[in-house]
Amino acid sequence: MIATAPALVLTPAAPPPVVVEGLSKRFGDVVAINSVSFSVPAHSTTALLGGNGAGKTTTLSILLGLIAPTAGTVTVFGEDMARHRYRALPRMNFSSPYVDLPKRLTARENLVVYARLYGLRDVGRRITDLARDLDIGAFLDRPTGTLSTGQMTRLALAKALLNEPQLLLLDEPTASLDPDTADWVRGYLESYRAESGATILLASHNMAEVERLCDHVLMMRAGKVVDTGAPDALIARYGRRTLEEVFLHIARDLGGEAVP
Amino acid sequence: MRRDFHAPGSVFSWRRVAAMILRNLYVLRRSWPRILELAYWPTMQMVLWGFITTFFVQNSTWVAQAAGVLISAVLLWDVLFRSNLGIALPFIEEMWSRNLGQLFATPLRPYEFVVALTLMSAIRTVVAVAPASILALPFFDVWVFELGPPLIAFFVNVLVMGWSVGLVASGLVLRCGLGAESLCWFGVFLMAPVSGIYYPIASLPGWLQPVAWAIPASHVFEGMRSVLFDGVFRYDLLINAIALNVVYLGLAAGFFLYMFRVARHRGLLLQQGE
Repeated sequence: MIATAPALVLTPAAPPPVVVEGLSKRFGDVVAINSVSFSVPAHSTTALLGGNGAGKTTTLSILLGLIAPTAGTVTVFGEDMARHRYRALPRMNFSSPYVDLPKRLTARENLVVYARLYGLRDVGRRITDLARDLDIGAFLDRPTGTLSTGQMTRLALAKALLNEPQLLLLDEPTASLDPDTADWVRGYLESYRAESGATILLASHNMAEVERLCDHVLMMRAGKVVDTGAPDALIARYGRRTLEEVFLHIARDLGGEAVP
Repeated sequence: MRRDFHAPGSVFSWRRVAAMILRNLYVLRRSWPRILELAYWPTMQMVLWGFITTFFVQNSTWVAQAAGVLISAVLLWDVLFRSNLGIALPFIEEMWSRNLGQLFATPLRPYEFVVALTLMSAIRTVVAVAPASILALPFFDVWVFELGPPLIAFFVNVLVMGWSVGLVASGLVLRCGLGAESLCWFGVFLMAPVSGIYYPIASLPGWLQPVAWAIPASHVFEGMRSVLFDGVFRYDLLINAIALNVVYLGLAAGFFLYMFRVARHRGLLLQQGE
């Protein structure tokens, strides 16, 4: 499915590519992130799970350097993002419903511009490969503003994969997609991680998606990480049947912590 | 094995600057109405002031001494205005497109973005003003290039002043949101009355003249009149304009970068859009 690199040999002891310590972010009187610490295991697909306003998007934005934290440190690939984020950014990429690509440019033109911003040498070949892998060839030369939601999602994913990121941040990657397209995107992400060895951190409301894709979950509520673990482990710890029930338990602050 | 990259972590990259220019050229190339609109207003201004000049040549001894003074002035003023817009409009376009968050999650540095904006402004200004400058000859028998090499000095100085105004306006729009975008259009006109575009600075009230001399464009327009009326290129005015422009451009770039920093702290890079 993905014509990139051969599958990587994963090193169990690889250091976590993302380490967050004591991270806080205030917007005036509003505390968006409240002294959060976590790390993202290398080569994992980790979910930031939480309700609206839990702080997921703000956390991802801070990891990308788009928002400066009020306190705490973020280290990506060993680089302090407050001082050396430009050393890490070439190895990262992201997709988010909160940003768009210029609508007057064609899909191909957008990819060319971003490929050049990331410093790719063989831009044409990379776009050809992505067009094949993501099935976007049919609309590459159409203005981006004329694309359907599903096509836009695939284009955004193509942009996010241009530089073959070793850390891929995805904010609600399948939001507003029909079930078929959403399933296709999930399948692609599974393949990408398996074949590239990349680490994926995604924010999602979709429990089935998280259960399918993720081997690690960070549960957030009101700007704090309130629990972490593998989906199965969380389900067992809270004595629930599904991750959705765990989510509701935490989101509604039903009292008590995990079932001993 | 990852693909081959051009030093993505370099502190300054002309490739990234070129990528941003390419992004704007794609927009221009695709839209001939935009190119036509760029050239339309300067040409209309030239035609309007050409007819005013025709009238004044017969009724004003001052204009009669140098028939090209008003047309040259309006074209240089348009360079300043277009240069300002050449910075501000591509910047606002990124906000309209909700593209700032995408751009600054790449290795693109804010100062590379500023350099790209200034170069794009120069391209847009030349496209906008060149047709009007050339058409002034067949329409009104005024060849602005008669100013000779000083014209280059005048052009560069008003261009750079337009960059400063455009960067300040863009910084304010970044901080205050698209509700403040009209600043990009009227901001430069705040200085028009005291820039001596069509009249000597000496004709302003005494208390206002120091304000006028603090504006680089005033030195340019005075210098232009000196060339056209007296045939003298005044280096003192040129040096003043350059010195003021260096200071203002530095301050404006610093202001824009500071507003970018504020935007990062306030989470504004992801909140912009139509």
